[in-house]
Amino acid sequence: MRRLESWSLLARQALFYGLLLLGALTFLLPFLYMVSTSLKSPPEFHTLNLVPRNPTLEHYQAVFTQIPIGRALFNSLFIYGMQTASILIFSSIVGYALSRLQFFGREFIFNVILLTMMIPGQLLLIPLYILIVQFGWTDSYQGIIVPGMISAFGIFMFRQHFKTVPQDLLDSARVDGASDLVILFRIIWPLSVPVLITVGLFSFMGGWNDFLWPAIVNRDLQYQTLTQMVTLYGIGGQAGGQLGAIMASAMMAVLPMIIVYLVFQRYYLEGVASTGVKG
Amino acid sequence: MAIAHTPGPLKRAIQELRRSNPVGYLFTLPYILFFAVFVAYPLGFAFYLTFHNWNIVRPERPFVGLRNYERLLSSELFWTALGNTVTFLAVHIPLQIVIALLLAVVLNQQIRARTFFRVSFFLPFVTSGAIVSLVWLRLYADDGMLNQLLAQVGLGPVGWLSDRRMAMPSIAIMATWKNVGFYLMIFLAALQAIPSQLYEEAYLNGATAWQRFWYITLPLVNPAVVLVVVLSTIGGFSLFVEPFVMTGGGPVDSTLSVVLYLYRQAFQFLRMGYAATIGVVLALIIFAVTLIQRRYIEREVGY
Repeated sequence: MRRLESWSLLARQALFYGLLLLGALTFLLPFLYMVSTSLKSPPEFHTLNLVPRNPTLEHYQAVFTQIPIGRALFNSLFIYGMQTASILIFSSIVGYALSRLQFFGREFIFNVILLTMMIPGQLLLIPLYILIVQFGWTDSYQGIIVPGMISAFGIFMFRQHFKTVPQDLLDSARVDGASDLVILFRIIWPLSVPVLITVGLFSFMGGWNDFLWPAIVNRDLQYQTLTQMVTLYGIGGQAGGQLGAIMASAMMAVLPMIIVYLVFQRYYLEGVASTGVKG
Repeated sequence: MAIAHTPGPLKRAIQELRRSNPVGYLFTLPYILFFAVFVAYPLGFAFYLTFHNWNIVRPERPFVGLRNYERLLSSELFWTALGNTVTFLAVHIPLQIVIALLLAVVLNQQIRARTFFRVSFFLPFVTSGAIVSLVWLRLYADDGMLNQLLAQVGLGPVGWLSDRRMAMPSIAIMATWKNVGFYLMIFLAALQAIPSQLYEEAYLNGATAWQRFWYITLPLVNPAVVLVVVLSTIGGFSLFVEPFVMTGGGPVDSTLSVVLYLYRQAFQFLRMGYAATIGVVLALIIFAVTLIQRRYIEREVGY
């Protein structure tokens, strides 16, 4: 009897993990397809096997000769690196004021910031584009960087977190003559590394993966981001139906985000958990 | 006479202003400037534009009153695009909630290799929708991997993107694959907040696993369900890059989304006033729909 029970338990476990593994594979399949196609030689494209029989790097070479993808990689790193740095600095300065300084209108400003988080992006798309045109910032770095220099999400996260820093720490620093900026960057920042990483990751990822905004303001190849250039390459004529090269370029566009995710995965969880379920 | 001595609101404001820390204003100044230039001004300009026609190249912007709104509401393509969004949401939201909740309940158990599963389900979320669409375009092709797999078991072929009734549901399936990891984490956070003693008491009182799910889990994750429904709805109305990359809005406008329509009006036909009108009306629709959703899904729970 007991042996029978343990067998049925084992069978149920096997079924459970079998189904779960199948589910996980379904989620991974598009990535496996992308990697494998980028390494396959053309006659193999339409076979179902995921491990290429004659692996080749020719598609990666083709991408480098056809589009300035190195330049696009630099552009993405520069644009979204600058933007993320700015978000971390300015959003934490505002978050510090909203959580640690007393002044009239503080709650009003915070409520306005919360309200702006509810404005759908499409509403501002056209007027923001026109603003960028009027500034003469099309085909430039600042056309992408500046409209995203401060994030309401960042301010919100920093305000919530900075509130939890013990007041004694700040008071004793102030007695020692520390200014507000010193308190923020020398005392609060070192205590807030997880939230800084979370906000930094979500800001950088959001920018890196965006297609619409760079596609609108930057047409010149010189200033295109990696996601933008690879997407246009994939749908445009340049790739000329070269499946392998399209998948190779797609690999190069998503790999940095995948690596960053694998390294910092626990911070992503904190970011998701803070979307307001507890509230 | 105590009333006479209570300071009026203006007086109180002045008093508070005197006691205010000036550094507070200095530190919020960057945001106030940013808000003025990149939020408030564009917002006002969006409404201004809806009453004008402008092709952005030439300086004149004739005032047209409500004509842009009239044109939009009588535009067949706009209604088609809205209908397509409804199709998208009708497939996407139920699929999203069922799969995300199911996987969250599974990942909330003591299972082996939990990190591997969590990472697998979340991976699509960290990658770009535009790039992922390029990959799915090939998976969905008439001679693509999905149809090849179906052929192996004697099914298909399905015109995933070439059949006008299938194209939008296909995009909704892809969007679910892309986002389910994010929503799964929201559900997981909600599940972990449920006190375990509730389950223990229910178990001792003879409740079955299904009853425990139905009467404890489901009501207590309701706030998360509301959040998921609202966020996916906003995402659905913002649909752009998937049809832009995969179908260009076709076949026969069956995957034309409102934002794709807006994009074409603005950047192919240079109708800035009309495109701004689409943006304003879309924002109002999103606002109204999510408000209605919250009213009908949100429940008060207390245990």
